[in-house]
Amino acid sequence: QVRLVVPMAVVFAPGSVPGDLRKPLPFRDVQEMEISVNLRTSVTSRYEMRYRSTTAQEEAALAAATAREADAALYPLQDTTLGSLTMYVVPDTSSLLPQGINVYVGKHRSALVRAGGSLAALQARLREVTQVMSFTASSIAAALSDRVPDGQLSPDARRNLKSSLGYEITFSLLNPDPKSHTVDWDIEGAVNRFVKPVLDKLSLVANFSVDSQILYYAVLGVTPRYDKESSSFFLSAHSLPHVINPVEARLGSSAASLYPVLNFLLYVPERSHSPLYIQDKDGAPVSTNAFHSPRWGGIMVYNVEAPASPQASLPLHVDVDMARVMEVFLAQLRLLFGLSREEVPPEFLLESPGNEGLADWELDHLLWAHTVENIATVSTTLTSLAQLLDKIGNIVIKDDVASEVYRAVASVQSAVTELSLGHLLAAFQASKEAVTSSERAFFDPSLLHLLYFPDDQKFAIYIPLFLPMAVPILLSLAKIVRETRLRKKEPTKMD
Amino acid sequence: FQDQAEQFFRSGHTNNWAVLVCTSRFWFNYRHVANTLSVYRSVKRLGIPDSHIVLMLADDMACNPRNPKPATVFSHKNMELNVYGDDVEVDYRSYEVTVENFLRVLTGRIPPSTPRSKRLLSDDRSNILIYMTGHGGNGFLKFQDSEEITNVELADAFEQMWQKRRYNELLFIIDTCQGASMYERFYSPNIMALASSQVGEDSLSHQPDLGIGVHLMDRYTFYVLEFLEEIHPASQTNMNDLFQVCPKSLCVSTPGHRTDLFQRDPQNVLITDFFGSVRKVEITTETLSLDRDVAGLESKFPEEELATEPLKYAEQLPVAQIIHQKPKQKDWHPPGGFILGLWALIIMVFFKTYGIKHMKHVF
Repeated sequence: QVRLVVPMAVVFAPGSVPGDLRKPLPFRDVQEMEISVNLRTSVTSRYEMRYRSTTAQEEAALAAATAREADAALYPLQDTTLGSLTMYVVPDTSSLLPQGINVYVGKHRSALVRAGGSLAALQARLREVTQVMSFTASSIAAALSDRVPDGQLSPDARRNLKSSLGYEITFSLLNPDPKSHTVDWDIEGAVNRFVKPVLDKLSLVANFSVDSQILYYAVLGVTPRYDKESSSFFLSAHSLPHVINPVEARLGSSAASLYPVLNFLLYVPERSHSPLYIQDKDGAPVSTNAFHSPRWGGIMVYNVEAPASPQASLPLHVDVDMARVMEVFLAQLRLLFGLSREEVPPEFLLESPGNEGLADWELDHLLWAHTVENIATVSTTLTSLAQLLDKIGNIVIKDDVASEVYRAVASVQSAVTELSLGHLLAAFQASKEAVTSSERAFFDPSLLHLLYFPDDQKFAIYIPLFLPMAVPILLSLAKIVRETRLRKKEPTKMD
Repeated sequence: FQDQAEQFFRSGHTNNWAVLVCTSRFWFNYRHVANTLSVYRSVKRLGIPDSHIVLMLADDMACNPRNPKPATVFSHKNMELNVYGDDVEVDYRSYEVTVENFLRVLTGRIPPSTPRSKRLLSDDRSNILIYMTGHGGNGFLKFQDSEEITNVELADAFEQMWQKRRYNELLFIIDTCQGASMYERFYSPNIMALASSQVGEDSLSHQPDLGIGVHLMDRYTFYVLEFLEEIHPASQTNMNDLFQVCPKSLCVSTPGHRTDLFQRDPQNVLITDFFGSVRKVEITTETLSLDRDVAGLESKFPEEELATEPLKYAEQLPVAQIIHQKPKQKDWHPPGGFILGLWALIIMVFFKTYGIKHMKHVF
């Protein structure tokens, strides 16, 4: 069984220790919880907590003016292994956290938590924080989505990108009206400045490759409607699903790679349809002017300001503000991976990750989900491979297929062990190796069951050939045997 | 509340794939190619891009020397609809359409050198449409006049796909004689199947065209095409309407369907769930706040390209491996000695029974 172990440290600042704490600090505690996915599968989560009081350096760091500065000062003092968490409990009266905020989650792997009076309240709050920062029952269930019985998970839950060894990201600029707009986008610079830091941080999770293209005369599949009041055009929310298809046929993808492709499109509307806004379900224009489709990518509409004078010469030169565009695209990239900040309770304050794109604990969140998903995939693959071999008894397993299977089994066992020890990074890498080996074994071209004939088919082919021929042979053999037996008996008879 | 109800009946797929197979060759099987191309055309019109369609045509009708109208494939006798079009992308053509390749596409056990356009890269949220047409019989479908695929093999292939979660829901349509026998053996979940005729019935073709000289379409697919021409990407027509297409009066055979393996009610399954590609979208409400003044990181790519040495030809090709490769395992034949021994036995028994004097009659 899979056990997810999260090593945690709960550090009490002076004055924050709850009155009803029984044992003196420091001490250790363990909390286990079972997340049951279906009748037979369940995942145990185990939080190994180490309660202690602050050291002098940590106290000095907590004396900072704002939570952000405190977080920055505490960062070098904490345990930074992947998967671990550190909670700093500050007194209720502390001014470090703004009014109304009980928890501050930093950019790395720590959080500042207000003490909250009693031990029970503190523990409830700690549990909430750990769930936000590591994994929840629903995020594990979403990772194991093929095992959850249908109907328990809403169809929307299985929308995150599947765990894969690599992803291909394509940025496309769509210019349907080159006569009116000459669009310049410094995509290479934007990728270097904004996208690479995020992909570098995600490089632990998978390999990323980035390309870009510009498409001319590519129109959206939907004609936007004109709104007289705002004298602008808009695309309503229910017409958005039909926008992507005509464009997708022209997008293309790299012929060599088999990784899933994420498309990010920047659409500059035609002059006759400018400005173009996207409306949400209530009819209000969307502030980002963008939408995304799960497991596919995102589209953003970039409106060009009307020229100051109506006699301005066409085509207008447009310099795309790449920072604004990348803010939206990178937010969409986060959402495609499932890193949303929407379900956080209101009393939480989450620090923005800035140019890195995602906080360390969000990276952990991804790694937990992907590791569990990889382990589940490997066990399903190997089980079905074993069932296939049972069904077709005379299938020939080549040596390299066998060695891949052994390697997959060894890797998945090591992944489960590492998870139970709390080493998230080692577990994730082992699970990646396990997936690679098991996929290679399962999809080996030699395992096509068409090449192996069941015994009944062989009988069906050869019996009609040999049976008629065999009848006179067998009868003659019987005749020979009878003759020899008679000859043997004759000498006795003659007597 | 209505939103929730809507959500419950919606399919949970995020992308659509189509595998369209025509298994017959020769000029007089023009109608099978026309069948497949009409489904291809509808599927492209409703939104599925070429990159998500695997089209397998066993013969080339448009550029066939016997085609009086070259570069066209018509579906109606008045040459109203040219289903060949301008942008057909055939992935498996001519002799590449074999049972082995078809099963490889479905199960994913493809040699690593296969290009992306020839692969079915579906995942667990893909709805796949599989359309097959050709000559078939009770429990098999003939490929290229030389081999056949049985319903057991097809059912096993779908099970392999399910095991690896290569589809979310699958719609299987077959237009051959006795087509219903092909879906009898399915046992994997989430499969819906339609066939043009029941076991024991033949699927008939539609009218011939006197100018081209062959039958242009099969009846079932002809009426399905008529039905699909009315569908547009936003239509809400459901599967029950597709089941009613081509009643016995028009089709002469009785079309059949199978929905017991499918989890949703066919009433709630939209045609565009399989034939079109309507994506689920979400409005993006979050943005990431970026620090605009950050200097660009050094681009690492050019350095990496210079660092690798040019590979030598001999090192790229594993020549030793190629030379010493063992030939592919062929079908099992009884070993030669067995045949010889058998014949020796026959001859021995013959002469023992009837006497050795008959030997002189042999020579």
